[in-house]
Amino acid sequence: MTRPIAALNFLLTLAVTFLGLLAITFLIGRVVPIDPVLAVVGDRASTETYEAARLQMGLDDPLIVQFVRYVWQVVQGDLGMSVSTGRAVSEDLARVFPATLEMATLGIIIGVGFGVPMGVFAAARQGKWVDQLIRVIGLAGYAIPAFWLGLVGLVIFYANLRWVGGPGRIDLFLDGMVEPRSGLLLIDSVIGRNWEAFRSALSHIILPATILGFFALAYIARMTRSFMLEQLSQEYITTARVKGVPERLILWRHAFRPIWMQLITVIGLSYAGLLEGSVMIETVFSWPGIGNYLTTALLNADMNAVLGATLVIGAVFVGINKGSDALYRLLDPRARA
Amino acid sequence: MSLLSVKNLRVTFPSDHGPVEVVRGLSFDLGRERLGIVGESGSGKSMTGRAIMGLIATPGQVTADVLTFDGVDLRDLPETALRKLRGARMSMILQDPKFSLNPVIRIGPQIEEAMAVHGALTKRQRRARMLDALTAVRIDDPARVARLYPHEVSGGMGQRVMIAMMVVMEPALMIADEPTSALDVSVRGQVLDILDDLVKRRGMGLMLISHDLNMVSRWCDRILVMFQGAIVEEISAGQLYKAQHPYTRGLVASLPRIDESRDRLPVLDRTAL
Ligand SMILES: Nc1ncnc2c1ncn2[C@@H]1O[C@H](COP(=O)(O)OP(=O)(O)O)[C@@H](O)[C@H]1O
Ligand SMILES: [Mg+2]
Repeated sequence: MTRPIAALNFLLTLAVTFLGLLAITFLIGRVVPIDPVLAVVGDRASTETYEAARLQMGLDDPLIVQFVRYVWQVVQGDLGMSVSTGRAVSEDLARVFPATLEMATLGIIIGVGFGVPMGVFAAARQGKWVDQLIRVIGLAGYAIPAFWLGLVGLVIFYANLRWVGGPGRIDLFLDGMVEPRSGLLLIDSVIGRNWEAFRSALSHIILPATILGFFALAYIARMTRSFMLEQLSQEYITTARVKGVPERLILWRHAFRPIWMQLITVIGLSYAGLLEGSVMIETVFSWPGIGNYLTTALLNADMNAVLGATLVIGAVFVGINKGSDALYRLLDPRARA
Repeated sequence: MSLLSVKNLRVTFPSDHGPVEVVRGLSFDLGRERLGIVGESGSGKSMTGRAIMGLIATPGQVTADVLTFDGVDLRDLPETALRKLRGARMSMILQDPKFSLNPVIRIGPQIEEAMAVHGALTKRQRRARMLDALTAVRIDDPARVARLYPHEVSGGMGQRVMIAMMVVMEPALMIADEPTSALDVSVRGQVLDILDDLVKRRGMGLMLISHDLNMVSRWCDRILVMFQGAIVEEISAGQLYKAQHPYTRGLVASLPRIDESRDRLPVLDRTAL
């Protein structure tokens, strides 16, 4: 495929996937036993008021018309009003999403920074104790529930050792002292040269981000290890040995280089997984992110907020996955051909 | 003193039915000459080459009574010392260019790598020698080919790149494992000439591994015939007709001849063995 056609193809599948996502949230909105009219008029409204509102909301139109209207609204950034916050859902999301993004991004940086080298060394020492240790860590990442790790972490590092900040994004007395620019507290406090706020934000984010990073690390290390083992058995590794290439370069130049593009996809997948899987951690750490927002919305039967948050999480998931896939295609000389 | 001395070389792999010996007690000496190693596929030719280079990985095991290269005992030589020899003083052209070139490194840097890891040359000198080596294997546009990735060239071109990569350091010992199998006849002669030139001009010792008895017998000084991991016969150049061993005679008989027209090519007669 030529470049422009491939790009067009990519955009088209992206659009279709998003449309599918919208169809799902739309249908959920119709299926759940929550009356959207009641949510607007309140349960003490008269039958006439109720009917008028129903007509005004277009709920007696055919489903397909309603769907098209829904898509059109979403495209314009209108996700409806939240009944629990009284604000537009899109406004709420713009506020809570950066909090989740910041935590997940730090988490994935930790996960990649430790997971990739661990996977490489495990493969290089296959069967030795380093490999076994890394395998146990990987299994732990599978078996240990996030909320348990979060609670234990809080008890040890916050309550007992006082090494880190407690729940929330920043110490209470600093809350609102940082002018929001990107919504990412670490970055905004650096821009504003507010070092006290930076330190506080860092001490709050480091524990939940490390726990998220641990889950990413477990997966990334496992995948890196198996990719590396496959590479190390290839004939061109023998070629490198024939040339007298030192073991360190065999690992990183000859075996790792062919796989780091594949790893982009793995990293994208676990990054998206962290964004979406942050619900548990956000609850434990009272983190004002999208996971917490979604939980609160669910408990309050706040349907617009639930659907809006679901849509954003789904869109981010699809976006990151398709994006990392495209990046892989762009970077790997074999896939480029 | 010969360049390479091998006595009672054995390569063993464990299997479900106990250890399997794929090289069984090989002994030979190699001077600054062209030694052919011939045998059918699976007879242990490649394993012999790899064992000499110290490239048999666990669970494979190599033993020998003597394994000496240029006065250095290769048995139990530390990996770092072995690495200094490999690529610089002894080298091996690997069999299948499709799998033996790194798919994500451009051809130029792959050829320059041996020079880089063994030091001594500047970047510019390395590049010049890399281009020379590509020219020597009859690649017309070396600067362009150097920028390509291995999957962007044909099998024959890949094989020539492989040869260029290993001759560029002008090693004292070269093990060439089926170096011309993917080349057509005209290029085959030219590529063999490059190796020949290194033998004559630089006194390189060459082990030419092939299943093509015809080519090897015309081109080498001496031939070892291998069968099931062992040498069954040694033949001097041009003495093919004197071969005694039934396996060798079978190989000779199955050579197609230009002056003869046959409906069917005779196949190796295993019942005679
Ligand atoms: N890793 C291995 N484990 C066990 N047997 C092997 C292994 N690799 C190769 N062999 C066996 O060793 C024998 C010799 O192989 P090889 O030296 O590649 O033959 P040739 O190069 O003469 O075609 C073959 O019978 C092959 O099946
Ligand atoms: Mg072979």
